[in-house]
Amino acid sequence: MVGAGLIDLVLAPAQEAAGVQAHAFVPFLPSWMILLPFLGFVINGALGYLAPDRRRLVSVVGPGVLGLAFLIAAVNFVLIARVHDAEPVIRSYWTWIEVGQLRVDAALQIDQLAMAMALVVTCVSFIIHVYSIGYMGEDRGYARYFAYLNLFVFFMLVLVLGASFPLMFVGWEGVGLCSYLLIGFWFKQSAKADAGQKAFIVNRIGDFGFLIAMFLMFAYLGTLDFQGVFETAPGALEYGGAAVTLITLFLFLGCTGKSAQIPLYVWLPDAMHGPTPVSALIHAATMVTAGVYLVARAGVLFALAPLSMNVVATVGGVTALFAATIAVQQFDIKRVIAYSTISQLGYMFLAVGVGAYTAGIFHLGTHAFFKALLFLASGAVIHSMHHALEHAGEPAGEDVTQDLRNMGGLKAYMPGTFRTAWVGALALAGVFPLAGFFSKDEIIWSAGARGQTVLWVVAIITALLTAGYITRWLVMAFHGVNRTGDKARKYVHEAGAVMVGALVVLAVGSAVTGWVNIPEALPLLPEFSWLHQFLHPSFEAAEHIIVEHLGEPAHASPIGGGEGLWSVLATAAAVAVIVVVFQALKGKKYLPARESKEPAGVWGLLYHKYYVDELYDLVVVRPFKNLCVFSWRVIDQGLIDGVMVNGVAYTTRFGGWVVSRFQTGYLGTYVLIIVLGVLIILGAVAL
Amino acid sequence: MDISQLVFYLFAGVAVASGVLMITRKNPVYSAMYLVLTLFSVAAIYVLLDAHFLAALQIVIYAGAILVLFLFVIMLLNLGHDFVPDLRGKFWWFVGIGLGLVLFAELFVLARNAPEASGPDVLAPLLRSQGAVGAVAEPLFENYVVAVEVTGVLLLVAMVGAVVIAKRKV
Amino acid sequence: MLFESLVVSAALFAVGVAGVLLRRNAIVMFMCIELMLNAVNLSFVAISRYAGIEGQLFVIFVMTVAAAEAAVGLAIIISIFRHYESVDVRNFRLLRW
Repeated sequence: MVGAGLIDLVLAPAQEAAGVQAHAFVPFLPSWMILLPFLGFVINGALGYLAPDRRRLVSVVGPGVLGLAFLIAAVNFVLIARVHDAEPVIRSYWTWIEVGQLRVDAALQIDQLAMAMALVVTCVSFIIHVYSIGYMGEDRGYARYFAYLNLFVFFMLVLVLGASFPLMFVGWEGVGLCSYLLIGFWFKQSAKADAGQKAFIVNRIGDFGFLIAMFLMFAYLGTLDFQGVFETAPGALEYGGAAVTLITLFLFLGCTGKSAQIPLYVWLPDAMHGPTPVSALIHAATMVTAGVYLVARAGVLFALAPLSMNVVATVGGVTALFAATIAVQQFDIKRVIAYSTISQLGYMFLAVGVGAYTAGIFHLGTHAFFKALLFLASGAVIHSMHHALEHAGEPAGEDVTQDLRNMGGLKAYMPGTFRTAWVGALALAGVFPLAGFFSKDEIIWSAGARGQTVLWVVAIITALLTAGYITRWLVMAFHGVNRTGDKARKYVHEAGAVMVGALVVLAVGSAVTGWVNIPEALPLLPEFSWLHQFLHPSFEAAEHIIVEHLGEPAHASPIGGGEGLWSVLATAAAVAVIVVVFQALKGKKYLPARESKEPAGVWGLLYHKYYVDELYDLVVVRPFKNLCVFSWRVIDQGLIDGVMVNGVAYTTRFGGWVVSRFQTGYLGTYVLIIVLGVLIILGAVAL
Repeated sequence: MDISQLVFYLFAGVAVASGVLMITRKNPVYSAMYLVLTLFSVAAIYVLLDAHFLAALQIVIYAGAILVLFLFVIMLLNLGHDFVPDLRGKFWWFVGIGLGLVLFAELFVLARNAPEASGPDVLAPLLRSQGAVGAVAEPLFENYVVAVEVTGVLLLVAMVGAVVIAKRKV
Repeated sequence: MLFESLVVSAALFAVGVAGVLLRRNAIVMFMCIELMLNAVNLSFVAISRYAGIEGQLFVIFVMTVAAAEAAVGLAIIISIFRHYESVDVRNFRLLRW
């Protein structure tokens, strides 16, 4: 990269003077990357309790620690990038768990994959923190909000930088906790608190899978450190054997929970009840991609289990298509993006499932930018709608302010948001030369090159659908006639400078991040496939196993044509879909939400999200509820309380009553009993 | 049968008889007097058994001190005059006598089964060389001196306790 | 005279037990207990003749304890009498269920 090269020049003499050898690099304050957000959490948390009104201090501390963490991450990223094929650096701080054979250190592993993730996480987090200053500025729980957000980044970095599965699990659970806290941030409204619980409970199912996978790993490999596991696994586990397949499938169950894949995706749309920056940060850019990171990190294990790879790729592909179809018929401005996120996560899993780990991580990075951008743009719209309706004295509930049918024509009122939203949408749709074009194209290409013809077709269809629904989203929100209502319309205004500034930064990111990995087929810059080379050390072992057993990927798609041709075709198709949908919907008259009817037929099926929530309610939730009631009434109250606890008590009491009959209180009785006892003993001795 | 055996039987008979009388007298004062008689008889048997010092102690402590204490209490509580007959009913008579007899039978069997006194009389030479008091005193203040001291403390505690309990206004 | 002494001792002890069972007056019951202690003392003395002087030493200790017991016991009886105006053990039934 050009930027990296520049810093390279500046830092190179110093590094050489320090006698740094090839393949080795010295990380720069790696622990501070994690400690800073935690510090922010402590300070903001304390402020939230002690001085909730010190908003200015919170505004400095909250994003400030993230800014510093981002700087450290950037420095480390550059340091590791300028060493060719750098070995991972393990920084062990103390022994965390030592029981029998098990030894887990509180250690950080700094390698290419971790740093790429850390860079994305800290960068997007920092921008969203800044955006939050504007978005949450008037909220009463301002300090609490930033405390949670800082804590989230802390756990996310633990997840990314931890050097062992248990430590990663700490981060994994921690981000789940923060997600729960932030979804239910406005916990006084029961729907939001319920959404938080739903997210937490559904994630729990996935976490169970993660735990089981760790147990199995320990049982078969005797270690849980990344390095230990990945070094011993190829020798200790049979290729395609039951053990490694089970381990990876359970790991993937964890991923489906955390990364909202079929069948555990249902929590993510409901998670949109949280503040919009939270949706952008946690439920689009970072936390939900943890599953992709896990699969990529455990690439060696997955590579050893072709069945699991197929499961991952298939689930990813199906989820991508499934969620994209739902997104077509949603009217909530955030829900469209939420289903889009599920769909894009499906893409990532499709990528790592076919062994294209770099493509998955690449899409993770680009997606973080343009999806955060789209969410924050929605946030700006919602913010504005909320203000307008409130000023006009009309109901300003979530269902009103977030409904696309109540918007329309906002481009005149919010030009900044409108333009950046277009950039994000085009990036998502995969239009050249924005970020999504490169990353999505590589995934589709990898699926085809690995011979997954069906998934390849699914991915292409999904790409077209993506272009379609995001255009619809844009048109409904920003184009056409305004449907907000005459009274409220004059209060609609552009978001504050801080928020628009964050949008612009993200828009730039959405535009350029794709250039770090320009495919060989399109030689636009001298350093093509830079990300591939950068991440090569992290995925070398896994890719080696895949090539050994499955052969090299093909150089043509299933129906012919090279990568260059297909990427041109893809972008052309995307543009075509955008144009068609735009023209079709531009003049369409939508009615405001309260005047319009529910869609019917196929549209209704999509509108109701295939009735999956209802199905889960019927198949899982209700029987489970009944089981719970049964356990409560019959097993707990009846058996445990009644028979066991109270039964023991009653038996003891009855026994006591029987024995107490002898306690007459009369001395004569006692004497008589004593004498009888003595006589019996004496008799036994004497006779 | 020499004279000492005759005397032994005499005092044994008196002891048991006055014991029976003691438990059957309605008036507690009478009971106490019969107890004194029993204790004297036992003291006499001690003499016959060559425990002269103990015989003296028996008279001084039991007959002298403890029984006087009993009588004091009986008089203090004025139980000697308008006493309530405290003997139990028929059922208890049966029980008391029956159990007493069974106990006696069992102890009798035990005594008979006990190994017959074997070896020579160890006490006689001791008494001859050290006298009645010396024979008891020497081991008491040499081997058992700690027990003696502890017993002294026990007596002190009992004395203080008795005073505290009896004086308390209830 | 060992056996005979033991029989006398057994008889006195049995009489004491019967007395405790027959009487309700706390003081008389106390006297019966003294009688039982004496019965035991008698067997100690009888055996000491063949087993050594320790038997007589034990009797001394028993007498001391009996004296202490009598002092405390009678004090308790006085205390009880003050409370109940009676020494009939039927009145003392705080230990009843």
